[in-house]
Amino acid sequence: MSDPLIRIEGISKTFAGRDGAATTVFEDLHLSVEPGEFVCLIGHSGCGKTTILNILSGLDQSSSGYVFVGGREVSGPSLDRAVIFQGHALMPWLTVMGNIAFAVGSRWPEWSKEQVRQHCQQYIDLVNLTGSEKKRPAELSGGMKQRVGIARALSIQPKMLLMDEPFSALDALTRGVLQEEVLRICAETQQTVFMITHDVDEAILLADKIILMTNGPHAKIAEIVVNTMPRSRKHHDMHKHPHYYRIRNHLIDFLVDRSKVFASDSPDYDPRNPPLVRPGLDAADVLTAEATKPPIPGKPLVAVVR
Amino acid sequence: MNGLMRWRAPLMSLIVLLLLIGVWHALTLPKAAEQTVDAEYAALIGKAAATGQKSTFPTPADFGKKVWQHLNEPFYDRGSNDKGIGIQLGYSVGRVLIGYLLAALVAVPLGFLIGMSPTVYRALDPFIQVLKPISPLAWMPLALFTLKDSSISAIFVIFICSVWPMLINTAFGVASVRREWLNVARTLEVGPVRTAFRVILPAAAPTIMTGMRISIGIAWLVIVAAEMLVGGTGIGYFVWNEWNNLSITNILTAILAIGLVGMLLDLMLAKLTKLVTFPE
Repeated sequence: MSDPLIRIEGISKTFAGRDGAATTVFEDLHLSVEPGEFVCLIGHSGCGKTTILNILSGLDQSSSGYVFVGGREVSGPSLDRAVIFQGHALMPWLTVMGNIAFAVGSRWPEWSKEQVRQHCQQYIDLVNLTGSEKKRPAELSGGMKQRVGIARALSIQPKMLLMDEPFSALDALTRGVLQEEVLRICAETQQTVFMITHDVDEAILLADKIILMTNGPHAKIAEIVVNTMPRSRKHHDMHKHPHYYRIRNHLIDFLVDRSKVFASDSPDYDPRNPPLVRPGLDAADVLTAEATKPPIPGKPLVAVVR
Repeated sequence: MNGLMRWRAPLMSLIVLLLLIGVWHALTLPKAAEQTVDAEYAALIGKAAATGQKSTFPTPADFGKKVWQHLNEPFYDRGSNDKGIGIQLGYSVGRVLIGYLLAALVAVPLGFLIGMSPTVYRALDPFIQVLKPISPLAWMPLALFTLKDSSISAIFVIFICSVWPMLINTAFGVASVRREWLNVARTLEVGPVRTAFRVILPAAAPTIMTGMRISIGIAWLVIVAAEMLVGGTGIGYFVWNEWNNLSITNILTAILAIGLVGMLLDLMLAKLTKLVTFPE
């Protein structure tokens, strides 16, 4: 396998409280993301999900530890890592085209106006917003605004996409449509994605790997769940796949019970190598999986069968 | 029906206007009894008025005649104490615009700086808080003493009164630009100058323009008082001069003109504000 695109080594974040006492939100996180992988991070509020994403994007700094992207340490925000913000963060005084052109013009300042326009158009078409180029954000629905946010992030052709609960402000119908579109676009563009969510179904639909965080403070990566369902998953038939409920139950069990008591119930936990689990497989599947796919060295293959 | 509804408000305005003129007319009707008054006062105010056959206060008809006269000849110039009302208004508007634009040139960049840096904001805040409530006219003697020119002093007074609302609003607008827009610029590796002009300025523009609109209103209020003090030219001087002439009709005409010009200035700024305002 190739080198990981993102390597997080032992990062932690400590905030100074008002009374001077420091709060450690999360500590000793180790994680790597391979190129082309879609990784979702799930955890309860307060475990520092957004902070982790901000550290990855370079908008925030970790209190200790290192983040490497493409082998180079992250020292600040970069055009290599595009962010899709929770609240879409479009500039209301610019049109759809203007918002995307602002990003494209920042990425390629030497481009002519026409070049920028053509490039923007390509991404407006990609997110199915053709015809709305001259509209301002106030004239768009929530889903359309987030499409612009996605087009803006993709237009700069980043090495990776960072998404902070991008669909949480949308209604269920729009969310489903956009999720499948993101899945399609990421497959088409081979995009590496790191996404934060608290929606279990969203994680199962989109992610190749689901990272489970324990509750904060002192949050940790409890497990990394490998999504064993094929990548061609769709909203309407995903639940028919035999792995679906096993993965889903595993995730919900974790969020409901184990995320609170994780530290006490796993004595041999190693933060450098959080267990990689494949709850989608049952015992028989594990045997065949082990026979066909050798486990990644250094990463134990654990099947949790419930 | 809808057409009728549209005319209801203007119709009511017209009725209020007619009522006001009616009351005014009734109050200035000539009184019956003849009075004897001081001869010099009679010479000043006119024989009929002095003897009570005519009200000392001009009637709406007198006022209308005077306005018509000014409208027919707004720009005449018969010496330093007898200029058309248009010329006087021109002087006042000119002073206001010069002082106001100078204030904008100082206040907007300085406000930008203050808004960008919390440290600068805290450092300059005590000065702003102390200087802001000072009546601009209090600066007049100091201005006359140091600048040694009454016209420039008037401009300085306009400058000092319009600078604060623009400064405070610019700083506030810049300081409260949404964090997420700045984060977008940061993740796109946009430089500080481009961020200032492409993100912060458009985001703060509506707040800045609100400050500019407040400023022009204050400047127009202050110019009348300032010109009464410095004299020479301008609508404020005209009012004071006509008070010395005891020409109440001219004063009334000037008051109306001041109101109309003030309204026009405000409308212009309102239009400009609308241009930079974005719907959220």
